[in-house]
Amino acid sequence: MNEGLYWEGMSLLDFARGPALRWAVIIFVIGIVWRLTALLLASRKQLEPAKGSATSGGMKTLLTRSAPAHELEKNIVFQHYSGYAWHIGMFVVLLFFAPHMLFFKDILGFGWPTLPNLFITFFTVVTMGILLVLLARRLMNPVLRQLTTWDDYISWLIAFLPFLTGIMAFTHITFGMRYETVLALHFLSVSALLIWFPFGKLMHAIFIWPSRYKVGAAFARRGVRA
Amino acid sequence: MAASKTVGDVLRAHGVSRRGFMKFCAATASMMALPPSMVSTVAAAIENARRPSVIWLPFQECTGCTEAITRSHTPTLEGLIFDSISLDYHHTLMAASGQRAEDAMMQAMEENYGNYLLLVDGSIPTEEFESHSCTNGHTHLSMLKDAATGAAAIVSVGTCAAYGGIPKANPNPTKARSVQDLITDKPIINVPGCPPVPTVLTGVLAHYLVFGTIPELDPYGRPMAFFGQNIHDRCYRRPFYERGQFAETFDDEGAKKGYCLYKLGCKGPITYNACATVRWNEGTSWPVQSGHGCLGCSEPDFWDKGSFYRPLSAAYWGDARTVGIGAAAGAAAGLAAAALARGKQKKAQQEEKA
Repeated sequence: MNEGLYWEGMSLLDFARGPALRWAVIIFVIGIVWRLTALLLASRKQLEPAKGSATSGGMKTLLTRSAPAHELEKNIVFQHYSGYAWHIGMFVVLLFFAPHMLFFKDILGFGWPTLPNLFITFFTVVTMGILLVLLARRLMNPVLRQLTTWDDYISWLIAFLPFLTGIMAFTHITFGMRYETVLALHFLSVSALLIWFPFGKLMHAIFIWPSRYKVGAAFARRGVRA
Repeated sequence: MAASKTVGDVLRAHGVSRRGFMKFCAATASMMALPPSMVSTVAAAIENARRPSVIWLPFQECTGCTEAITRSHTPTLEGLIFDSISLDYHHTLMAASGQRAEDAMMQAMEENYGNYLLLVDGSIPTEEFESHSCTNGHTHLSMLKDAATGAAAIVSVGTCAAYGGIPKANPNPTKARSVQDLITDKPIINVPGCPPVPTVLTGVLAHYLVFGTIPELDPYGRPMAFFGQNIHDRCYRRPFYERGQFAETFDDEGAKKGYCLYKLGCKGPITYNACATVRWNEGTSWPVQSGHGCLGCSEPDFWDKGSFYRPLSAAYWGDARTVGIGAAAGAAAGLAAAALARGKQKKAQQEEKA
């Protein structure tokens, strides 16, 4: 299937669709499995006697953390629900744009119905807008700015670039570049995301479940609400 | 035909009316993206143009380019214009054969030294394979170099001449090269396509007749007037792409309704050519209209860019085995990291106890 990928005069798009993506996928898989294995095998000596069921506490927390805690709701409602909007928009664009579905179909062997481009454009603009607003908020709020590390900024950029290059390619707003170059940059931005993903904060997409569970389990053992 | 006759003389001799001629000039001007005010300039220039001597050298090719150009325009005005250049050598089309044909070529090259147009179709084998493609005992590499020396400009007809095409496809068994790889000191116009759209070739020649210069070219050496926009942007099926209506197979309901062929591997979005606007066989149809996705045949190395039926967005992400090896390597790294962490933990606990 991947024969004949290397030839003389390979264009940037060929490189992006081929070798760059292949290496990015390999690094992504190694990184994800590595970090997940290391996390799941990490042990913690339980010194105190259990005051509640760790398993049920962990499972419960997987769900309860999906809504803001009542006491904190006022303070975090904006970031919480804008986060939801961004993630939903991101998944819609990622999964229901026909060319994206075909990308996954090639990997998974099955496809699914897709949305007309008008919807995809809408969700792309919304998700990009939310990302920009959240970045502005992060930069303007002094407490948030103090809490922010380079990892946050890099992860923001890595998440933003596929949308930016994607909409540039889709709308042909290419700033003088050829369409193929922009399409290549789109593929390369995805490769960059795959490479960064396991090692930066984007890994929350995977870690969110075991970390929620572990926090919930630890709190339940101590008999406190997670 | 004597090369001294003007194009106008030849057209009149063929019984072409003034009205028909002006219609052709208007169409040519519009194809070349010139304003309507330029039509009379185009007409005057074509009418009075001295028929340039044209030498057409076929190299490592399939004659498809010649077939396309001769078959699809009989006997249209474009065909006559093509007839109206002084085609002094084209070994498939010319009546003469053997030494006489070669003599005609040599004579044309000598008489029009520095002024003739050299048209080439087919790629050129090089290095140890140079002798794998010869005409009359001369290797095509030597023929190209000799003919290029006295040429005013070179037109690479078809993807093989322009970029190496199928003969150059991986693993390139004859070390085939394109004209622009081998000749660097002459203006070269690439008219790629497998085969190229005949009207595009006549348009390029008309531009040369009118202005005496080569047209504006894109980064791949193709005339912008014909290769400036991609197939996808000019495709009549584009609205179905926007609506998300696709043919899933070549004979499903979507295919019958003429939906977009993107899912069937159409390379229209990254292919630049005039097929979607000029079409073939006097504007009758073109590949996408006949129900098959664009192959991207006017793009460099189109033969090596994966299956024609693989959607453009399906990248070459690897395979299950590679991913499996990656996962195993990741698991090993994770185990090592966990073991290391536990070791440290144990040591810290022992130190605490002590």
